[in-house]
Amino acid sequence: MNTGTEPIIWLTIFVLSIFIGVEVISKVSSTLHTPLMSGANAIHGVILIGAILVAGTAQSTPILVLGLVAVILGSINMVGGFVVTDRMLIMFSRPRRALEKPVRRELDQ
Amino acid sequence: MTPAWAQLGYLVAAVCFIVALKGLSSPRTARRGNLIGAAGALLACVIVFLVSDLNHLLPILAAIAAGTAIGVLGAYRVQMTQMPQLVALFNGVGGGAAAIVAIIELTELGTGSAPVFDLIATAFTIVVGSVSFAGSVVTFLKLQELMTTRPVVFRGYPIVYGLGLLAAVGLSVGLVLAPSMLFALLLAAIGVALGVLLVLPVGGADVPIVISLLNAFTGLTVAASGYLLENILLLVAGTLVGSAGTLLTRLMASAMGRSLINILFGALKGGSTLGATTVSDRPVKSSGPADVAILLAYAQRVIIIPGYGLAVAQAQHTLRQLVDLLIERGVQVDYAIHPVAGRMPGHMNVLLAEAQVPYEQLKEMDEIDPEFKQADVALVVGANDVVNPAAETTPGAPIYGMPILHANQARQVVFMKRSMRPGFAGIENELLYEPTTTLLFGDAKDTMGKLLAELKALTV
Repeated sequence: MNTGTEPIIWLTIFVLSIFIGVEVISKVSSTLHTPLMSGANAIHGVILIGAILVAGTAQSTPILVLGLVAVILGSINMVGGFVVTDRMLIMFSRPRRALEKPVRRELDQ
Repeated sequence: MTPAWAQLGYLVAAVCFIVALKGLSSPRTARRGNLIGAAGALLACVIVFLVSDLNHLLPILAAIAAGTAIGVLGAYRVQMTQMPQLVALFNGVGGGAAAIVAIIELTELGTGSAPVFDLIATAFTIVVGSVSFAGSVVTFLKLQELMTTRPVVFRGYPIVYGLGLLAAVGLSVGLVLAPSMLFALLLAAIGVALGVLLVLPVGGADVPIVISLLNAFTGLTVAASGYLLENILLLVAGTLVGSAGTLLTRLMASAMGRSLINILFGALKGGSTLGATTVSDRPVKSSGPADVAILLAYAQRVIIIPGYGLAVAQAQHTLRQLVDLLIERGVQVDYAIHPVAGRMPGHMNVLLAEAQVPYEQLKEMDEIDPEFKQADVALVVGANDVVNPAAETTPGAPIYGMPILHANQARQVVFMKRSMRPGFAGIENELLYEPTTTLLFGDAKDTMGKLLAELKALTV
């Protein structure tokens, strides 16, 4: 476990990461609030890594079962999060018809 | 312990996450950003299997497969209108996973010799992870309208909440001084109770802000688990989401003109029962599709205010055809997008993007609001709270202080509504009774279809 000066190093990484987190999204347009929330949500799905680690080193069956539950939850969070964010963003990046030629109504339905 | 190449791999994954968040902040790079984030996550998963000496590989892989299947299925089957609920659920399971990881890690830390910082991180992760899990479930129930969307407050709430917080602190200290599974499970239970209590007093319209806040909470628990497991990637990724999520929560709250404290605990001050669910029987002016079609066809400037009701009725495609037809006739048409239109900030942009509405027609509130004075018709489709003057005139209203679109300044206001039922915030809308307002009752898709047909008849 962590001993000696190591907690200071972890604290340093923690504090610097806070500033990066604030900095990278400081200029987001309100158009993208929903996908951004969803994308950030997917990123904390890396808890899956932690779940895999504790499940993989489980010493008893109850702990293993609990660990596997965490693995399932973590992968729902991570995979579902990235997939649903992509589904939203495809619609943003899809080429739209320009204002000048708006017709083709008959093909739309 | 972890070999250098694996640490480097984690660093690459962490950079991927930073690039992902950065990319998600701009429409052009958003999709690429998200894919880079996914690649980073995949890389991290591969590394953990390669470097760690893991047992039970088969069950773990099966669990990942099961979780992946559930996640993908959920992500593909969800309607765009139900997006906030799904994000809440995905966030909740993440918080739950973090709490479980911390509980298991406690059994490995053993008793007595474990470092204090590790135990603090454990207690923090268990409490906050449980709060995030339970809070997300309640937000899901509210958004899915499986429970009331109105704020739920009971007498003595502040006392109960205060006691809950004290118990959480006390149990955390207990866990640090004398680590035991009993304390851990009690902490998880208190966390669940606090999570439920946190979301109950929040009104339906404010719930998305809470999702964002809980998202930040989960991020911090992931960071704490990273410290516990000595995994730098978890620490960095969790902290990024924690700080970005906190900032995003504040941005969203300010888009609604509210403080976070007011959103969370405003209902406790009382006075928000305004309007209740009673429907007033004051006279309103209603009209048929034919009249409204004429009104629109001979207007010069039309501003459309879309709301959640539009998307629920799946009428956005028909609306786009209607707008195309009006533009063909030479009418200037724009969509006025309120920052919180829909159920979540930015939600309406997603919903209209789904209907392939050209991006240039979507105008943000600050840009379009001054133009209502010149508009002949403001067409409100399935929106309500975002045009409710009570936000400016009635200090007791739950939406008081939220910036609104001044549809009432247009020469004519046409409301397409299913019924006189109040909006998501549960308050009556004075705009409905204005002399310049005309109501067009009916299901949005149905009425929109009729309106389109009438307009086509006029055009031929």
